[in-house]
Amino acid sequence: MRVLVLGVGNLLLSDEGVGVRVVERLEAGWTLPEGVTALDGGTAGLALLDDVTACDHMLIVDCGRLDAAPGAVRVFEGAAAPAFFQRRISPHQIGLCDLLAAAALIGATPPGLTLIAVQPDSVALGLDLTPAGEAGAARALDLLLDRLAALGLAPAPRAAAA
Amino acid sequence: MSTRVVIDPVTRIEGHLRVDVEVDQGRVVKAWSSGQMWRGIETILKGRDPRDAWIYAQRICGVCTTVHAIASVRAVENALALPVPKNAQYIRNMIVCAHGIHDHIVHFYHLAALDWVDIVSALEGDAAGASALASSLSDWQGNGRLQMQDAKDRLGAFVGSGQLGVFASGYWGHPAMKLPPDANLMAAAHYLQALGVQRIANQIVAVLGAKSPHVQNLAVGGVANAINPDSQSTLTLERLYKVKALIDELGQFIHTAMMADVAAVGALYADWTGYGAGVTNYLSVPDLPLDEMGTRFALPGGHMPDGMGSFRAIADVNDAYFRDGVVEEVGHAWYDYEAQGALHPFEGETSPNYTDFQDDGKYSWIKAPSFRGERAQVGPLANVLAMAAAGHAPTLEHLTKLLAQAGAVAGAEIPLSALHSTIGRIAARAVRCAVLHDALAEQWTLLMENIASRDFDTFNRPVFPKGEIRGMGFHEAPRGVLSHWVVIEDGKIRNYRAVVPSTWNAGPRDDKGRPGPYEASLMDNPVADPELPLEVLRTVHSFDPCIACAIHMTDPEKRPIVQVKAF
Repeated sequence: MRVLVLGVGNLLLSDEGVGVRVVERLEAGWTLPEGVTALDGGTAGLALLDDVTACDHMLIVDCGRLDAAPGAVRVFEGAAAPAFFQRRISPHQIGLCDLLAAAALIGATPPGLTLIAVQPDSVALGLDLTPAGEAGAARALDLLLDRLAALGLAPAPRAAAA
Repeated sequence: MSTRVVIDPVTRIEGHLRVDVEVDQGRVVKAWSSGQMWRGIETILKGRDPRDAWIYAQRICGVCTTVHAIASVRAVENALALPVPKNAQYIRNMIVCAHGIHDHIVHFYHLAALDWVDIVSALEGDAAGASALASSLSDWQGNGRLQMQDAKDRLGAFVGSGQLGVFASGYWGHPAMKLPPDANLMAAAHYLQALGVQRIANQIVAVLGAKSPHVQNLAVGGVANAINPDSQSTLTLERLYKVKALIDELGQFIHTAMMADVAAVGALYADWTGYGAGVTNYLSVPDLPLDEMGTRFALPGGHMPDGMGSFRAIADVNDAYFRDGVVEEVGHAWYDYEAQGALHPFEGETSPNYTDFQDDGKYSWIKAPSFRGERAQVGPLANVLAMAAAGHAPTLEHLTKLLAQAGAVAGAEIPLSALHSTIGRIAARAVRCAVLHDALAEQWTLLMENIASRDFDTFNRPVFPKGEIRGMGFHEAPRGVLSHWVVIEDGKIRNYRAVVPSTWNAGPRDDKGRPGPYEASLMDNPVADPELPLEVLRTVHSFDPCIACAIHMTDPEKRPIVQVKAF
């Protein structure tokens, strides 16, 4: 089983980059088992097609408007995930939506799809997450680790991080 | 009575651009191009280590990550007069070429083609007819009847599922769609095949640049790729031969299917060679440096003030003709300068002053740049015209071939002057894609020869002096001239400016009221139905708008993909 962990967002816009920050922390603190690839997708669209079509399950971490308190996290599974994109609550989801459509067109949609979305507090210019964004990132990372464990691919904490 | 049409946003995938046109008796009589979000990279970089600038700069845009990274390291190296080892130049050049090829393929097939190719009509095409047509145009291996049938089946299933997705904003059945069903099916089949082909270009970037979409191998002073022909952990010969195989595979598609498709679309829409010229003062820069100080380039660039006759080559990054010739104005942009007038990028300021959209006042977050006192169009058309004027042999060869093939389909000779148009920009992009592919193969050979001479250097360590230094890095990016300008004081960034291709092309009127290239190119465009302004999109899309880098990225409000208002 090949799993792609895809963090998306713009690092220049504080909480907008939360998906990328979560993936950075995953890679820094954990050793990923064979078959799991973590990717900082930034705000790219079609450039990610190769990675997306090569996996059996895609875990996307992104910010999104959840109509919830800043830092809140929601998980969407399977068909609920693309439907979520169609609400287009984050600008690069236009790219993600097209990316999934392109994968479908060439008959290579990943069979499994999970979206972990974090409600941003601020998307103003800045490289750091807000305190609420930090809390959301921590929750998203926990949920991501749980999800990987449920797939039988639990990452191992790095010794140095302990 | 005139009709005002607002298209907001206009880009198919990334970014956020608003275009307003006033239509009178079926023609555009007035146009405004407006960037709807503010860009703040300059603010973020202030005070940072210049060696890290490229890491942040490549986040300006999700589509053009690599180009901002390249321009950024070049700017800092220029400030330091730092030599870049030949291996590093060749590796960077290969990344630049592969990225440009990727961008051009995706633009034509996945962004622009849907303005000209009717996907719904393709479903009525006949696989045998489409195959016969495709085979008459090129010997691409994907032209078979079964491949056309497969494409038709896939599209049918996709459209039938009700999830139009990428096709949702198409103007299917619009009276300006002119291709017969078989031609639409051929193009649609190649659209699907191109989804696979663009991955090959990405794989080349990934092997050389470590991780796509964000390259990780750059450094001020060279690249982080260690070269050791005997080691498995570095850039090995095995990996380089894998890159060569990918280059060859990529070329089969570009030189056959893509060139033929562009020629056919151009010929069947020959009336569009009469629209969209706009600003014919063209600017491009040389690229693919061949020596350590960047004084010789594989691809020429320069200034063509009237589009055809005179050509002034830009020698290198220290050529004052370019360096001193760039200014930006904000009379019609949502900024204020401390004093009136234009500012050179080294002196650039970013003080926002948002008003509403004012037809005769401020209406865009994009500044209005000019080159030596005139508005300038940048992009593959500007560059192809310059390379042809400079006598660059591969450019002349591919350009002649494309015009001849289009002429054969149209049944009439197509002159070079036809390039000053909406369809000309699309044709020039295909020519540049073919030129980039040749150059990619050439840079691969140069790298292999240099390694064979036992030169393994890839990096020179930068040392920052006390006091102020200034540098500029330019890059002929997929959408045209990109320049990054940096002022460094005591080893920290004091000022940073990115004058991006979409600033040149999508900028608003300047202080004298002269329109930018998007705006000028829309004048006199036909608009058959103001409710469905496909013709406006054709011209704007021909520039390959990628507005994310010209302006700020986010939009907190929900917006439909294309909101057309006509009143």
